[in-house]
This record gives sequence, C-alpha cells and structure tokens, in this order.
Amino acid sequence: MNNFSYSRPEDLNSALGELTKREGAKFIAGGTNLLDLMKENIERPSHLIDINHLGLNTIEATADGGLRLGALVTNADTAYHENVVTHYPLLSQAILAGASAQLRNMATNGGNLFQRTRCYYFYDLATPCNKREPGSGCGALRGYNRIHAILGTSDQNSETACIATHPSDMCVALAALEAVVRVTGPAGERIIPFADFHRLPGNEPWRDNTINPGELVTAIDLPPKGFSTNFAYIKLRDRTSYAFALVSVAVALEIENNRILDARVALGGVAHKPWRKPEVEATLIGQPVSEANFQAVAEALIDGAKGYGHNTFKIELAKRAIVRALQQAAKLEPTA
Amino acid sequence: MTKYVGKPISRVDGVAKVTGKAKYAAEFKSPDLLYGWVISSDIAKGAITHIHTADALQVPGVVQVFTHENRPGLAWFDLSYKDQDAPPGSPFRPLHDAEVKYSGQPIALVVAETFELARYAASLIRVEYKVEEHATDLHANLSKARDPKLGVASLLKPPPPKPRGDFEKAFSEAPVQVSAKYVHSAEHHNPMEMFATTVVYEKKGKLTIYDKTQGAPNSQLYVSQVFGLPFKDVRVISSYVGGGFGSGLRPQYQLFLAVLAARQLKRSVRVSLTRQQMFTFGHRPATVQHISLGALNDGTLTAIRHDAIAETSQFEDYTEIVVNWSGMLYPAPNTKLSYKLVPLDVYTPLDMRAPGGVTGVPALECAIDELAHQAGIDPVELRLKNYTDRDMNSDLPYSSKELRECFRQGAERFGWSNRNPTPRSTRRGHTLIGWGMATGIWDATQGPARAEAVLTVNGKLRVSSATADIGTGTYTIMTQIAADTLGMPIEDVLFKLGDSDMPLAPIQGGSWTAATVGSAVKVACEDLGKKLFKMAQKMKNSPFANAKPDDIFFADAHIRLKNDPAIAVSLREIVGQNGGRAVSETSTSTPDFLEQRKYARSVHSAAFVEVEVDEDFGTVRVTRAVTAVAGGRILNPKTARSQILGGMVWGISKALEEESVLDHQFGRFMNHSLAEYHVPVNADIQDLDVIFVDESDTIVNPLGVKGLGEIGIIAMPAAIANAVFLATGKRVRELPITLDKLL
Repeated sequence: MNNFSYSRPEDLNSALGELTKREGAKFIAGGTNLLDLMKENIERPSHLIDINHLGLNTIEATADGGLRLGALVTNADTAYHENVVTHYPLLSQAILAGASAQLRNMATNGGNLFQRTRCYYFYDLATPCNKREPGSGCGALRGYNRIHAILGTSDQNSETACIATHPSDMCVALAALEAVVRVTGPAGERIIPFADFHRLPGNEPWRDNTINPGELVTAIDLPPKGFSTNFAYIKLRDRTSYAFALVSVAVALEIENNRILDARVALGGVAHKPWRKPEVEATLIGQPVSEANFQAVAEALIDGAKGYGHNTFKIELAKRAIVRALQQAAKLEPTA
Repeated sequence: MTKYVGKPISRVDGVAKVTGKAKYAAEFKSPDLLYGWVISSDIAKGAITHIHTADALQVPGVVQVFTHENRPGLAWFDLSYKDQDAPPGSPFRPLHDAEVKYSGQPIALVVAETFELARYAASLIRVEYKVEEHATDLHANLSKARDPKLGVASLLKPPPPKPRGDFEKAFSEAPVQVSAKYVHSAEHHNPMEMFATTVVYEKKGKLTIYDKTQGAPNSQLYVSQVFGLPFKDVRVISSYVGGGFGSGLRPQYQLFLAVLAARQLKRSVRVSLTRQQMFTFGHRPATVQHISLGALNDGTLTAIRHDAIAETSQFEDYTEIVVNWSGMLYPAPNTKLSYKLVPLDVYTPLDMRAPGGVTGVPALECAIDELAHQAGIDPVELRLKNYTDRDMNSDLPYSSKELRECFRQGAERFGWSNRNPTPRSTRRGHTLIGWGMATGIWDATQGPARAEAVLTVNGKLRVSSATADIGTGTYTIMTQIAADTLGMPIEDVLFKLGDSDMPLAPIQGGSWTAATVGSAVKVACEDLGKKLFKMAQKMKNSPFANAKPDDIFFADAHIRLKNDPAIAVSLREIVGQNGGRAVSETSTSTPDFLEQRKYARSVHSAAFVEVEVDEDFGTVRVTRAVTAVAGGRILNPKTARSQILGGMVWGISKALEEESVLDHQFGRFMNHSLAEYHVPVNADIQDLDVIFVDESDTIVNPLGVKGLGEIGIIAMPAAIANAVFLATGKRVRELPITLDKLL
C-alpha cells in the first residue's frame, strides 16, 4: 500500500473539484474492493476522496414511474427496499446472490458498477496483466482461466489481450432491466444507458467502463417496467455462497396468453461486461413460451463463444443456464 | 473416578477466545516494537542478480532491509536447520544465498517503525533475476518418479510393505476386476490465523518469542540451533493457535526472519505473513494414484495393487502414508503397494490434516465402491465380506476395531437399507439424488511426553505441558483428566500449555495429543497424589498412618479411605504442611512399547452421505451425512463431536471445492486468496450427524483413547464421490468434483 492523503468533502461540487485538482485521486465509498486492491498494491491512489457524506443515499420514485437508486445507497438497503422487492425483484435477487451480508452492508450501488475483475493475474503483481499494467501481456490466456470470459474477449495481440470478466451480479440484473446510469462531472450531467456503461476490452483492456475522467456516478435509474411477474436470476458458482459467478443469467420476460411480448437475457461471468444480444432477444417476441424457442435463443446468445481451456465448460454451462432461467421466468419450472 | 472425563464439558478456553482475551502471536506488544514485511520471489527458479533497496532505505522510519547479501553468518550444517518434523533432505534456509528455489520464496525482509511503513517501503524494492526453467507440473514429470530417501521421519511414516502373494497372477485370474486412476490436487492449510512471530528482545539478548506453532519446543530447538543460542536464552510461547491443521508442525520462515532481525537490530520485532504468503510454504502434495482390485464373484478380494506418486521439493523428500492403508483395511492375499516421489520446483509439502490418509483411503474406497457396483453387491456388505481383525501389513491383530459397529450404527442412522442401488435412478425434478458410503482409518499412536502437576498453597491444581491446542480442545480434556485423577472440582484446575519452559511434549499432530499428553497429565497427577498421600501420612494424628496407597482414593479435593470415605484429609490441609510452599511433581509418560508392538493400533470410521446433483449444471450439494467413529474412549463428547464435524466439513471441502492451482507458466499458485481458494461456507453445510460407537482398548494407552483429529475427514471424500456416482452414473476420479466435471 502506498502513502495517500484523505479528504471528506460535504458536497458534490467540492468532491468533483478535488478529483480534478489532485492527480491520482480516487473516490471511495464502501471501499469493499478499492481497499483490497490498495493493500495488494494494485490500486495506488495518491488521495482518497471519501464521498460517503454527499447524500445520494436515497431511493425515490421518478416522474416517469421508474425508480432512482442513489449511488451511495448500500447494496443491502437496495435489495431489501420495499419498492425494489415488489417491482424489481430480479434486481433484489441478483444483489443478494452476490458477495456476503457483511460486504453488501458496506458496498454501494455506485461502487458495485466500478468493482474490478477477479482475474487471478490482475491480482498478482508477479504475473503479467494488460489490465493492470498495459502492454505486459495476459497471464490468463494460456494460464489458469477457469473464471474467465468466453465472449467478447481480446486475444489477438499479446499487448492488449484480456479475457477478464466483470464480476458483478447486480450489474447483470441492471443490464437486463435497461437501467440508466446518471453521472456528473466537469462537463455537467449526462446519462449513460447501462449497455454502454461497461465496455469490452478491445485494444484498451485497462479501461473497464466509459466514464470520463472527473466524473462521478450519482444515481442509477430504473425504467418503469420491472418484469416483476416473469423473471429469474440463476447464479452458478463453485460453492453455494460467497463466490463469484462462473455463469449467471438474468432473465426478464413479459408474457400474455402464453405469448412473449418482451424478453431480456443478460449474462454474467462470461464477458468483460454484462452480456446481452438484443437482436437475439427480439426473436422471442411474439413467440409462444416453449423450450425449443428457449434452446434456440441460448444457442444464439452464446454463438461465437470461445473457451481457453479451463473455462471451456462455460460455453455449455451458459446455454443450460439460459434455458433454465427462461423456463423459470416463464414458470415452466419451479424457481430454485 | 470419572466425574468429568466422558462428559460434554464446554471448552475451558472458550470465554477467553470469544472475548478476545486469548492473545495470538501477532497480538503481543513490546515497547519499541519493529515491524517486518516479507518480500516474496516472483519467479520459481533462478537467481537474484540484484536487489535495489536504496529507495526503501531512504523512507524515514525504515530501519533495515535484510537480504541474502547482508544477513549475518549462521549455522553451517543442515542438521541445525532440522526441526522435529523435517523430512530427509536439506531444509530451506531463508535469505541463504541468491538462489530461488520456488515461487513465493522469502527473499528480503523490510523492517520499519510501523507496519504500514514496512509494507510501503517493500513496494519500492526492485528485484532483478536470472530466470531458469522450472518444473512444477507433477503430471508432466511422472517419468521422474523415484523412491523416497529414508530418514528419521521414516520411523513414523514407514514405506510400503513388501508385496504379499502374487498380485499379477491373482488379478489376471480374478473374475471381477477394477482398475482406475485417481488424481488429487495440492491444497494449502489456510488456518484462519496467519503465521506470525513477535520476538521480544530482552536484556542480554535473551529472546521471548510469541510464535504461531504446533509445538513451542520445536520452534525453540530451531531458533537455538540455527542462531547458536543456548536453550535458556530462547523461550517460545504459543498459548493459542488460530488453527493449524499441520501447517505449524514446522517452524515457518517468519520465525527465522523475525529472530534474525531482532538479533541484528537488538530490538523487538514482529513479522506476520499475508494470506497470499500463506501459499508460500508447505502444502498437501498433488498426487496421482493407480488402484487395481481383483475379486471373486461373491466380492471376496483376492488382489490389491495401489501405486501412488506424489510431488516433493528439490531439497527435501516429504513423504506420507498413502498406500499402506490398502493392506491394512482389506485382507487380500495378494497385494502390491508402491509409493514414489517427483521432485519439483515447489516448497516442500507438509503434513495437512490426515496427511496421506485422506489421499490414499479415498482413492481406495472409491475403487472398492466401483468393485461393489461391478459385482452387484451392496457396498457395506462387500466391506463386511472383506473385514479383517488383523492388519495384514504387519500381520498383527488390531488392539481394538469396532468398525463393524460403525457400519451397523451408521447405516441404521442414515437409513441405508432403503438405498436404491441403480445409478441415476432417483430424482426430483432436475435434481439427481445419490447415496454413498466409505470407510476411514487412521493411526492411534502415543508418544512420550512430560507434564508437571502442582498443588498450590491455596489448594488449586496447576498442570502444564509444552504441548499446543490448535483448536482441538486440548486445554479442556487435559483439565478434565487432571481434575478426575486428583478428585478436584474442575474450576480449581488450571491446565497450561504452549511454553517451551514447560515440561517437554511433542508437536501437536497426527491425532496423538490426547493419548500422549493425556497420559503424561495422568501420570503427573498420580505421582503428585502419591506425594500428597505420603505427606498426609506424616501429618500429626494422620488417619492414614497405617494406610497403603491402595486403601485410599481422591475425591472432592480430599484423600479418603476407601472403606470409610468419611475419614478424609483435604488436599489444602496437606499442602498447608509444606511450609508455605506448593507441592509439585514432574513426570514422564512413556508408551508401553513392549505391549503395543504386539498390536496394530488404529481408529476407524464409516461415513454415509446423501448428495443432490443438478443434472444440467453439475452442482453438487451434500444434503445429509452421518459419520460413525470407533475412537476408543471419548474423553469429551462435545469437543470430540466438534473434531469430527470439522473433519466432515473438510471432507466436503476436499471432495467438492478445495484446490491450490499452479500455473505452470510461472510455477506459481494462482488462487492465493480466500475468495478464490474455496472452502465451504455455511450455506454448503447441511445435516451432519456424528456417532461414537463403544470401543474399549487397554493397549493403545493408559487412557484407552484414540485421537480424533484426522479420522473425521478421511471417509468423507470417497463417500461423496460414491454418492455422486450413484446420483449421476458418472465416476469422477479427480478431486475436487467441481461442476464442470459433471456436465
């Protein structure tokens, strides 16, 4: 851990000002990931701006009938919020599938978006990692890649190769629900559709998301449609709790008279961001609920997946999980 | 008299532990304490060509950086570095020279006025290496397998016995045959408490060392030999240990580094390791086993072959008993067992809960299940058919063996008679259900030990022995034994351990502490009792003037006459006659080797398990497990049950989750955190049940106890693997059974 200074601004503008002013400064909220990374010498901020006193800690209805989740509301408070439980149970379930009760009590909604990959090589300074140290190589590509990505990877150029995954459960549900991320910064406020918030590694694997320097996430907006009747979150992992997803699936369906009116399928544990293919989801619209349709969607969603040895099993596992989640959401299956 | 022994007494150290009063090695303070931070090697093999320490040394508050270049001269010969658990070979010497022998090797120690400074300064140090090609892959190097070197350690870990009969002939003629390969991963102990040492530098260079160890005298021996110090100047204290599982059987490198720094700087120093560094010393070795079984159509075993190959380091030949169990459990007339090592560029493996036992027995017990399935015989019946009351390796009778009763009671409690023997035929929706069982066996050994018993002037009993309590309940059972032996109320008895100044006891491992130290405590208390009786006889108007030792007994803190218990003298009154001094006795207990050598001595168990497997996802859950144990006399059913439960949980861990994964590109364990090195969480553990069957044994030791530290884990992995087979129809012979292996 490096030497760093610390401040605790009381309002948003001072927080943003400090971030611009101090080189190498970082925001800290729950600290559930950042502090670990600092102890391992992976993150070395020169200054920590504690944003826990800026407000941004409420959950409120929006004018369009949706819900605004303050960036500093904890994951636990969000998961158990009455409105979330009633109208967005998919989100509640996904949050509760992640981490442990203790971590969820500290972790914030904004922070959850910024958690970094759990790639073993990212966490080990003795090994190469393009995300941690651009240009050093990717240890996972020919190494131990059980938890790594099968979709949207970067594996052609050793200096930009990255097969890391985004580890969040919450973000998989937010992707399915088509949430919107509200940010504010030197250029003012803007909104980022969830699908555009995280990014694939491409030629810049060190960049996890599309937020600009100096910006801060203030809230996550949920649209009115919560899919509270037909939804499912399945998380497959190496133990029953306190483990990151090998594969997770968030499904949200709208069904009327056994016909599918709307469909969302988002995958976790398989890519550098929550994985969706809206064009594939669209093929379900107007179709009857049937296992054959679900199988076809699973195949199409995973199409182009590539295994790297230890993680090749994820290709088959993901397909099966998608089918099961769709069946559960459509109530063809009892939920677990 | 057993007022306490055999009763479910709660842990006497429980309150201290849950209130934080129990202090662990890294919690001891000393004025002027310095803090060390260990720098570990990035490469697996090669040499350090340069360590740039200047930047670190410039940080205010950094006192020194120790490397191989500036370390002081130390003991020359390997013998000085050999601790009580050292295998044959040349022990690793931290900071010895520029050579790097394994990834994660400690190569420097940064010492600073605060922990944070030391950690920060360490990040400023740059190391240059000359990298050499390493070999860390057991499977790629099987052709290098060779016989282990023999040494003192071979006495406790005998090599496989000579072949019996003619395996090849018997196997080729056997109508039922099973041949299979079993692969186990490396594992790290990962006790909750990280390794740490606080060295308090006293006047005239005397050292008081708070160390995490499973044997304070072992650390004392090591420090005194390596640094050339007299025993009297090295006192090692380890009152509480936050889990050991074998990792503390050898002094770990933080002890060496902390002592080195304290002696060079003439100040007190603490060195504690990180979780990542907990993966940079001993581990359970990866193994490959081949088993072939031949049997008659009725299931009678005629031939057993069991071959194991394990990894070791390039500098020591760590061995464990992997294959011998096959010859001990089943009386096949034709057996052939072998055990070989492959040296790799890793640290020397280290005893880890049931070392070898939970490697060899699960493989054997999976093979036996395969045989039962092939022969169409119930697995319990097949085991009963091949039951033996003799250990065929040594051709000696077991001193006691109530394994039959374990099968009977375990099966009954579990409901085994309702088992559906057809694989993949019991299901509920997507969930496949299967039942499996397996046998467990482990040694019941006793070693020599010493203990001191003191009756204080206040009439309290103080008993001590330099053993350890790694969470097993040693404090509690020793207190019970002492209280019963001298008829004292338990609240007036204090047992102390974990101090090299105390009477010598061996390292706490191998499930032998209850028998070994328990016997010493009993003898010391008996000897103290004899002394007190003699003193009582000499008292004025003593009611015991004409009594013989056989005429009296100890109860309620009194000596009483057997034929008239109302005639009594209190122990406090006796000690009151001693001129204001306490009365003490130090005694040695030595096993009755002459009698014990006539018998094989083992503890046995049977585990019955139900698993649920998701047919699409391959996720396995152990929904129910029963373990029945034949463990001799149970000193404390509460701590004993906890021992077995802990073993069962670890059995689930080994079967389904636990694995240290080496990346052979870098020769480095990669999942070095508790987020990625998986052990069970509460949600993984469901209904566990423990049965202790009655077993009387007058041979194993004067107490009739058999150690319970390891037996709980041994039968579980095979029982689970066998249940998974019945659920899914798939034999997974490579542990852990992660979901990908069942897709």
